Amino acid sequence: MTTGRGEAILGRALLLLLMATTILPFVSLFVTALHESGTYPTGIEWPADPHWGNFRAAFDAAKLGSLLYSTVLIVLGVVPAALLFGTMAGFALGQLRMRGHRLVFLVFLLGLTLPFEGIVIPLYYQMRDLGLLNTRWAIVLPLIGLFMPFSVVWMRAHFVNTPAEVSEAARVDGANLWQLFWRIHVPMARPAVASLAILLFLWTWNQFLLAIVLVDDPTKRTMAGALGAFQGQWGTDIPLLCAGSLLILAPTLLVFFAFQRQFVAALLAGAVKA
Amino acid sequence: MYGVFVLRPIALTVQYSFYDWDGVGPSTWVGLDNYRRILTDPDLRDSIVHAFELIVFFSAVPVLLGLFAAATIRRIVTSRLAVTARTVLFLPQVIPLVAAGIMWSWLLSSTGLVNQFLSAVGLGGLTRPWLGDFATALPAVGLIGAWVLLGLCTLLLLAGMSKIDPTLFEAARLDGAGPVREFLSITLPSLRQEIAVCVTVTVIAALSSFDIVYISTQGGPGNATTVPGLQVYYLAFAERRIGTACALAMALMVLVLAAVLPIQWLNRKGEE
Repeated sequence: MTTGRGEAILGRALLLLLMATTILPFVSLFVTALHESGTYPTGIEWPADPHWGNFRAAFDAAKLGSLLYSTVLIVLGVVPAALLFGTMAGFALGQLRMRGHRLVFLVFLLGLTLPFEGIVIPLYYQMRDLGLLNTRWAIVLPLIGLFMPFSVVWMRAHFVNTPAEVSEAARVDGANLWQLFWRIHVPMARPAVASLAILLFLWTWNQFLLAIVLVDDPTKRTMAGALGAFQGQWGTDIPLLCAGSLLILAPTLLVFFAFQRQFVAALLAGAVKA
Repeated sequence: MYGVFVLRPIALTVQYSFYDWDGVGPSTWVGLDNYRRILTDPDLRDSIVHAFELIVFFSAVPVLLGLFAAATIRRIVTSRLAVTARTVLFLPQVIPLVAAGIMWSWLLSSTGLVNQFLSAVGLGGLTRPWLGDFATALPAVGLIGAWVLLGLCTLLLLAGMSKIDPTLFEAARLDGAGPVREFLSITLPSLRQEIAVCVTVTVIAALSSFDIVYISTQGGPGNATTVPGLQVYYLAFAERRIGTACALAMALMVLVLAAVLPIQWLNRKGEE
């Protein structure tokens, strides 16, 4: 092809430009984090005397140790439960097709568009009445509910595509419903469940609104919620703020690089299904 | 779980929206007053207008730029560079929006990278604290959203393009179609579904934006960047006007549905 060459070069240049735009903010954040705490650096500028100690200071100032612990607890509370409910409901909608399954599915589909702001006020009073305000339960319980639409729609999409013959064969062999679900369908659904787990992990970790509304104590919040508080407290000390932000976003990056292939595939597929 | 923590709260939001309540004392029935207030109170009305202006930045910019980028990149999609790009362009999707907000607040501040760059290329006259200027605050917030969403849109559209039969492109070339013609008559129509997905996701992100605005401007300067999500939060948890807050929350939910359903419907119709 004669026109191919110029276009390929243009494509490369554009791609590099896009990548630079994506990465430069991270670089700026990193370089700024190395400046002396309390100073006002400009843009990207390598400091004469890099203050690696800022990360240590930010780690302590943000109480990152207890934050990590808190976020892990919240993730452990949300993700397994959401996976379980999502898989079961998705199985019911995708394979069993009980009466009214279309209506139920529609309710979940509409739930996909729901902005969290829409229900955060009643959630606050509900949690207050349950005596759960300012505990991690106040984040865990609503998140399980709020992740239901996506989990259910996601798992249904998987189960709809599982051939019905699989179920029939198992039934003929005398499997009851419970065995059919746990022995046959859950093992087959493992890839779909794994991708869903990655997404739910990410969304829990980064959840902000529920964390700042329902929990006052930053050390009982999610990472993102705590970062909000950190900004409020240290917002004027730019190098320290940058160091803290980097520390708080680092775990998501680590998980991302560890699972990047599944991650990208999951998020792209997730967007299409949603 | 869905019932107790999602459906019941929605019902309660509807109920509260008809009352005047401070969250503690007795509540009084006020009918549609709270909804009337949304339309008449300039602060609340503005927040809705801002949300629609953000659609331009959150949706139009990433989708159009993403289309352009994806069409240009398509030819080299199997190269090493493109594989690396897949990872890099995804980074903004992975980090908390709060972190993106803090990062960009710094980049857009008076001594930040954006101004440094402008000065370096001789446009020093344009430098300003972008998020603190009445004229530029809302576009600046929009820019943050565009940065977060551009990578996602580009990759989604690229994934869609890779599903198009390559012989179609070759046939078009043989018929003498240039890149523009090829884009308009092959790429665009084949990407209908992916475009619908991008628009849906980004429009929801624009209308229900909260994290980025809360972190980068808190609605300021003045009310220049307030959005419904932020107003709901302030009304309910700072001003204790629960009824008005719930009415606005309702309006927000309805707006999102009103924006998303036609897109989906158009998409379905196009497939038939």
